Amino acid sequence: MKYARVLALLLLLAPIMTARTADGAEEPRAVVVTAKRFEFVPSTITLKKGETVKLVVKSEDVTHGFFLRPLKIDTDLTPGETQQITVTPQSAGTFTAICHHFCGSGHGNMKLTVVVE
Amino acid sequence: MDKPVNRRTFMKIAGTSIGVGALFHVAPLLGATPGGRRIAALLGKENGEAPTPFSFVQLSDTHVGFSGPPNPLGTQAFEKAVDVINGLRERPDLVLFTGDLTHDSENPGEHADRMKLFQKIAGRLKVPLIKTVPGEHDAGLDGGKLFRDAFGETHYSFDHRGVHFIALDNVSLARPNVGPEQISWLKKDLARFPTTAPIVVFTHRPLFDLRPDWEWFTGDGDEVLNALAPYENVTVLYGHIHREHTHTEGHATHHAARSLIFAYPDPETGVPKKPIPFDPQKPFQNLGLRVVNEPGARAGSSPQIKEVELTLREYSGTVGIQQMLKEGVSL
Repeated sequence: MKYARVLALLLLLAPIMTARTADGAEEPRAVVVTAKRFEFVPSTITLKKGETVKLVVKSEDVTHGFFLRPLKIDTDLTPGETQQITVTPQSAGTFTAICHHFCGSGHGNMKLTVVVE
Repeated sequence: MDKPVNRRTFMKIAGTSIGVGALFHVAPLLGATPGGRRIAALLGKENGEAPTPFSFVQLSDTHVGFSGPPNPLGTQAFEKAVDVINGLRERPDLVLFTGDLTHDSENPGEHADRMKLFQKIAGRLKVPLIKTVPGEHDAGLDGGKLFRDAFGETHYSFDHRGVHFIALDNVSLARPNVGPEQISWLKKDLARFPTTAPIVVFTHRPLFDLRPDWEWFTGDGDEVLNALAPYENVTVLYGHIHREHTHTEGHATHHAARSLIFAYPDPETGVPKKPIPFDPQKPFQNLGLRVVNEPGARAGSSPQIKEVELTLREYSGTVGIQQMLKEGVSL
């Protein structure tokens, strides 16, 4: 139970956490995104142009897709697996990531808004 | 004065929106001019079969089983489309369904029942041939198992009156992909034909990047289009986007059909991807079908080559359709 609480706290803080690697370099900021029928949580994330960020992405129910061509993201999210995708946005703007692995009748509107400032 | 006829323009396919789909006329102009006869003979020699005049209809996205605010009328538009086709003065040879015949269900038994209902309604079509490809709502959850049980293979090809038809499946892998096995099959299938062969590809999703962030694309569509690139007369018919759209790239012209359940807006207008709201005063607005033929091929008419016209507004809507129906048939 205690472990679960710590894990939950870590996940909660993940979007704003930075850490240092063994050689002292700063690790990229982690942004956690969870896919579930038929939404991404959170529904909007904000990145900074030129900032390297680690997207920590997982599915909590069925297999979903995660597709955002401007950031060259094109992957499946299998339940039980967590993916870490490192991106460095080069252009500011508002982009839409979608689920592109058919997951049911609400699939067509499953999207994540990615704001790059 | 007649437009010059060459092998490229000879097989142009002209389409007419008729409110509940689209009617295509294949444009052989057989016997209309010495040039037409010469080209028909040449195509017959090169392709193994000379093209002869015929028309066919494209229907798409019937979503049998769908129920919701964007269309509370269920299968009524689909049934109206069947009536329209059965009432056409010139009976089409063929009806192509470009996917999402049914709306998906978590319950396989319920989904199978929806496929049976689709077959029951489509079975009322008075046409010799009906061909289908799946959409993601038909085949995305189970890899196409139920669809294959009900309709047969999800990709295949056949010849009809000198035109080679290719059914491509870009939904059964769950992601918008055709997949390497099917692309390998396509290359072998195409290799049997000279580059002059008239080809109609029908599939569900657009094979080009129409709007990737609305999932209006096929991930490996460029490999398909590269395989088709050497062919001079290629028409690609697809659905999925629930609205009409025409796109020409190389020798291929791509046409999207209207849906028979609800319409999506034009993404270029900046609106979100949401069905256009249902209007009880105009319940079939924005829904449609397509028929293909070449009016200039009729006996005694002046020979002419029609460019592709998919949105002849005078034929759009149930009022305009009346012009194309047999006497005594009304909607």
